[in-house]
Amino acid sequence: MVPTVVRPRTQSGHTPERPPAWKHRGLRRGVYLAITVVLVVVLFNSREGLARFGSTFLDRQILAESLPPILEGFWMNVRLFMVAEALVLVWGLVVALARSAPGPEAAPLRWLAIGYLDLFRGLPALVTIYLIGFGLPLTGLPVFRNLSLFSLGVLALTLIYGAYVAEVYRAGIESVHWSQTAAARSLGLSHRQTMRFVVIPQAVRRIIPPLLNDFICLQKDTTLVSLIGVLEGFNRARIFSGNRFNLSPVVGLGLCFVIITIPMARLTDRLIEADQRKMRAAG
Amino acid sequence: MSRILDVHEVTKSFGKNRVLEGVSLEMEEHSVVCLIGASGSGKSTLLRCINGLEPIDSGTIVVNGRQVVQDEPTLNRLRREVGMVFQSFNLFPHMTVMENVTLAPRQVLRLPAEQAKARAEELLERIGLTDKCDDYPDRLSGGQQQRVAIVRALAMQPKLMLLDEITSALDPALVGEVLDLVRDLVEEGMTLLLATHEMGFARQVASQICFLHDGRIVEHGLPEQIFTDPAAPETRQFLKRVLASGRL
Repeated sequence: MVPTVVRPRTQSGHTPERPPAWKHRGLRRGVYLAITVVLVVVLFNSREGLARFGSTFLDRQILAESLPPILEGFWMNVRLFMVAEALVLVWGLVVALARSAPGPEAAPLRWLAIGYLDLFRGLPALVTIYLIGFGLPLTGLPVFRNLSLFSLGVLALTLIYGAYVAEVYRAGIESVHWSQTAAARSLGLSHRQTMRFVVIPQAVRRIIPPLLNDFICLQKDTTLVSLIGVLEGFNRARIFSGNRFNLSPVVGLGLCFVIITIPMARLTDRLIEADQRKMRAAG
Repeated sequence: MSRILDVHEVTKSFGKNRVLEGVSLEMEEHSVVCLIGASGSGKSTLLRCINGLEPIDSGTIVVNGRQVVQDEPTLNRLRREVGMVFQSFNLFPHMTVMENVTLAPRQVLRLPAEQAKARAEELLERIGLTDKCDDYPDRLSGGQQQRVAIVRALAMQPKLMLLDEITSALDPALVGEVLDLVRDLVEEGMTLLLATHEMGFARQVASQICFLHDGRIVEHGLPEQIFTDPAAPETRQFLKRVLASGRL
């Protein structure tokens, strides 16, 4: 879209000479088209190049053959993120509440929460998954010894994304105006009751868009769990690709993620839009 | 008559800014005390200290025989007996009018749902808003919202009500309906401590007027005396300015 240009007027009131808007637009369109053509030519060089590109990434036959194992693997990704998202919702709230617990006696709780947040937001996801996936079973501690690879993956993802989501919750809690807390407390509600009935219900409405955003990231990051040997989509696709020396299975898996992400993204957009509309109406 | 409120030599600062300086105030049951004074004179802060929303630096506040200290159980108990209404209404926007009014009776007093609802219905009928009970606050006018906020506080059957400039955020045309409700409360014998800029109203309902200036109670007395024959030069100056602005 070409932005509407407000033409400066000269003092005499005449607009200065300029080419008309359509000419401008036509010129720009031409430049963009030229750039695109050059890019395509450089990338594929010839029809043969295009064909080779196609057969490397989008070989229909290999794609069709690999689809069943990939979908089976992708189902594992779906299970991973569904369980992790449910846990993250609860765990994030717990951490956020600990982080904003009032009073001097709650200080150790706050420090613990801050320490966790700093650590897990700072650690690269891959490192966290590696340490939890391979490290925890090695400790031989009774609980962790018997955890399946799936559970370890879920645990790692929950800890990683719990830190992000806790901060989202906290931002939401802090966005509720203090006068709401004052009103609730002046009615005799305790801190807990104020949080539960007044602050959190209002906060949750506001954090749905950023929360969905984090969930989209989490869905994609389930592929990182392949590192510790969970047979999810990426591992399956990679094995298949290696055997056939062709990347189409990996592209197929990628498309699976895109397909489930698009509705999520649209939903997020719509929620943000609705929220803004509401705020405009209120303001 | 029994003593419901005893504020003794209270000081309060926000950082370097002294907001209350040795404020003392006593209230008997069924009395109506109006706090007047310019914005920033400490009226709101005093009200907020009385129900423990702000901790005080020194002095004592005793409400209905119990000292206000900053610990959760004490404050929760205190606030059951002290209702507060704010300038900006502060209704809970995600709850209907009915839910706003029944929340505290159900959660704090542990009233059964039907009983809390019956109490709320009775109160809402009194203010003529029965038909609005399933509406959300943003559907109500400012005057209606403020009356719901008053009723929400009344539902806890408080012994003392603190009203913090409750008509200051209202369209002038809606001030009357809120003041009428407060007048009803006065007639029923509710104990009220209110910060207000409505001098005419204060003169009408107050059993005592306190004039605050720079965090001190400069003068207090009967409305007739304060409004017709103020002793302190600050009071005279303040009233002259109010008179000049046409609000008396």
